[in-house]
Amino acid sequence: MNFLNKTILITGASKGIGKSIALKFANLQASRLILISRDKKKLEELKTEIESDFQTEVIVYNLDLSDVKAINECAKECKLNKINIDIIINNAGIMKDSVIRFVTTELIKETFDVNVFGSIYITQAFTYSMLKNRSGSIINLSSIIGTKGNKGQSIYSSSKSAIIGFTKSLSKELASLNIRVNAVAPGFIDTDMTKNLTPEVLEKTLNSVGMKRIGKPEDVANCVAFLASDLSEYITGQVIEIDGGLII
Amino acid sequence: MNNQEKLTQCFVNALNIDATLVIPTLKYQSIKEWDSVSHMVLISEIEESFEISLDAEDVVDMSSVKKAIEIISKYNIEF
Repeated sequence: MNFLNKTILITGASKGIGKSIALKFANLQASRLILISRDKKKLEELKTEIESDFQTEVIVYNLDLSDVKAINECAKECKLNKINIDIIINNAGIMKDSVIRFVTTELIKETFDVNVFGSIYITQAFTYSMLKNRSGSIINLSSIIGTKGNKGQSIYSSSKSAIIGFTKSLSKELASLNIRVNAVAPGFIDTDMTKNLTPEVLEKTLNSVGMKRIGKPEDVANCVAFLASDLSEYITGQVIEIDGGLII
Repeated sequence: MNNQEKLTQCFVNALNIDATLVIPTLKYQSIKEWDSVSHMVLISEIEESFEISLDAEDVVDMSSVKKAIEIISKYNIEF
């Protein structure tokens, strides 16, 4: 599997799963990566790291995914510079827990702005070359919380469920153009999102994982690379749970 | 290739139709080949061919070949 002559756009690329996905594609000889994040410093560091270690060109955009105008401007720039995007990874996401009576409208808005609307805006703006070439792969990051639910996470869960609906409908819309749309639903993965768990919660969670280990960002990146590659050329509209056999 | 020919080629590529069908009165959804999916392809063909980025309203308004010429003309493209 390699991604020679492919351009891959990744949101939320500066850390965690997004960074791991970026490194995976660089390792698999991607020609060009377009990395998007709110964290300019970490983006620049990752660009330097990838360009020094791999033969991959890296373009970075410091963007807030709730800013549709900025997203469209960025897409316009790519379009006018004749950058053909072959693969889109809608990875950016935030997770803020709260039981329903403590949920604020700000929390709902912030969560949906990034997790749902941002993915939709990015897909809408950056599929221009996929449509013309009648080829491409879009991979959306959902979550096991979006497929199974969890207490204290109704807002995060509903945002990640929305991503599944978006994935399934869009896959049907674009299938005739040979553009595939799939989602992955990571379980308990070792990232900043999960590092603040107490030892008790950590132990309880690990006990619910069949493989008895926390997932690595690379576990997700491997599945994303598979879905982006021709090895999955007849797979679309699917949600793959990457959870080590999690039971919640 | 002049701009009229370029536009015709965009329609031919996007809709998989013969160039003789691309006349000003040809309307969106008047033939089975010009459906909502091929319309998205058409927009991408036009954007690349004319090196422009169409506004969302223009994408929706492009309801005929005649209208396409009107809209593209707004982007300083002469026909």
